[in-house]
Amino acid sequence: MYLTDKMQSIGDTKKIIVDRFLGVEIINNDKYLEIKTEPVKIFKVIKELKEDTKLLFDQLIDVTAIDYPSREKRFDIIYLLISLTLNQRILVKTSIDESTVLESITIVHKAANWYERECYDLFGIQFSNHPDLRRIMTDYNFEGHPLRKDFPLTGHTEVHYDDLEKKVVYEPVKLAQEYRNFDYMSPWEGFDNKLIGDEKSSEENNS
Amino acid sequence: MKEVEINSTTLNFGPQHPAAHGVLRLVVELDGEVVERVEPHIGLLHRGTEKLIEYKTYLQAVPYFDRLDYVSPMCQEHAFALATEQLLNIKVPIRAQYIRVIFSEITRILNHLLNVPAYAADIGAVTPFLWCFEEREKLLEFHEAVSGARFHGAYFRPGGVHQDMPDGMEQKLFDHVNNLPKFLDDLEELLTNNRILRQRSVNIGVITKQEAIEWGCTGPVLRSAGVAWDLRRSQPYDAYDKVDFDVPIGKNGDCFDRYLIRIEEMRQSIEIIKQCLNLIKPGDIAINDNKITPPKRNTMKKSMESLIHHFKLFTEGYRVPSGETYCAVEAPKGEFGVFLVSDGSSKPYRCKIRAPGFAHLQTLNHLSKGHLMADIAAILGSLDIVFGEVDR
Repeated sequence: MYLTDKMQSIGDTKKIIVDRFLGVEIINNDKYLEIKTEPVKIFKVIKELKEDTKLLFDQLIDVTAIDYPSREKRFDIIYLLISLTLNQRILVKTSIDESTVLESITIVHKAANWYERECYDLFGIQFSNHPDLRRIMTDYNFEGHPLRKDFPLTGHTEVHYDDLEKKVVYEPVKLAQEYRNFDYMSPWEGFDNKLIGDEKSSEENNS
Repeated sequence: MKEVEINSTTLNFGPQHPAAHGVLRLVVELDGEVVERVEPHIGLLHRGTEKLIEYKTYLQAVPYFDRLDYVSPMCQEHAFALATEQLLNIKVPIRAQYIRVIFSEITRILNHLLNVPAYAADIGAVTPFLWCFEEREKLLEFHEAVSGARFHGAYFRPGGVHQDMPDGMEQKLFDHVNNLPKFLDDLEELLTNNRILRQRSVNIGVITKQEAIEWGCTGPVLRSAGVAWDLRRSQPYDAYDKVDFDVPIGKNGDCFDRYLIRIEEMRQSIEIIKQCLNLIKPGDIAINDNKITPPKRNTMKKSMESLIHHFKLFTEGYRVPSGETYCAVEAPKGEFGVFLVSDGSSKPYRCKIRAPGFAHLQTLNHLSKGHLMADIAAILGSLDIVFGEVDR
């Protein structure tokens, strides 16, 4: 099924994708194919990638997101697909803001069900047409989306068993000490160590 | 006569149940004893590994990978090490590559030596469990010899491995794996032709080729359906392109095929280890760049530079050029991948862990439908679920 001489190279696949899809941006990456598209086109692109007989990206490996809170479109959604016939991987990427609702790809890839639930749970990304969009990783009745950068590492609540109430109770986190996150900016390699009156030395280095 | 309407029963299974292989809660809908629907509730072992890694340096992130799938620790470190190395754009020395392959394969045997008897125990055979644990303990001694820990080795580090194999270990390991096939024969004698095992596993939990691909199955589950797919072969990493091995595949995609594949994979792993031990030569075990790998202990006693390097590496860590990459290895359970994003600092910006068990557990509802309640345990066992990696 794999490792034949006749197999199409990554370059060939790239050409097919450029021909097939309009408005898809190919990102240079020497390990695997990477394309960027608009959120509305995601469903169509992934469906095409699976059904096209020359591409056959038929297995969905993962769906995940990256949070960049400083950007207007804060989330990068990433779909990782693999073609078992071509032995090639492709990464489909799109950027959305907090309120954008993505179309679920569960109809195309059954595996997307839990992957999208995980994205919803940990990042708060909404998917339309998803059969069962519930939380999956976090506790029942959990609030917030832990993998967002503005969610604190220590979380908001902690639990313990209350002997009087005879049940597990939730209460706000109390820390004896703040979580220590050191800033390692150092003159070793990090930033330019500018010495007043030493401008000449860098000029010499540059020339 | 009055007609009696039989309603379906809803049953809660777990989260504390020996056949749940950890903390799995299933809501099972039964019609009599026939399963109509299984709904896994996962996340009871969610420890926020991905979030924690964002707050740790690259080196500090390594031990978290041991604790994901705690029965096959080294393979997961391997994926993380490869991803970090790809971002750093470095290539590890050949000896380190062989050592990694050897220990990945030991880990594979360890994993299957747990899964096969655990599966057998789920369907009624207790003896293999005791036998295999004894063998596991012997193999874990090799883990201990190189890393100092039986399970949580933190041995595969970006840039190579932590330390070289001790003197004489190569011969010892060679002798040990030479005797392993005999143990596997004994184990098979107990199980493969056993009537109870066959009755409980042949044609149970059948998955077709198409379904296995659609559900994102990888590893033995995908191969049991007849797809010849193994990342060690199709996308070789480290020294896997230098060794010769077979990829066993199944025909029926049932629990029995998955059991047979795991047995055969252990035999292939033994062959890989033996080949590696024949090919391995003395040399460096990590790249010779003190900006990434720490200096040798004895140089630290004499050289100020080494001391500074050591201090900086274990406080700030090394900076990784910004970029993103996805790296996958063939872990014993399937494709284990790490999607790593770096922003140029010494901590990962995002580290997504792709666990094979997560995709496999999703198929449980599909595989159990129409089977008996007791078959859920068999199917669960044959999928090789470990909650450390499913819940992360």
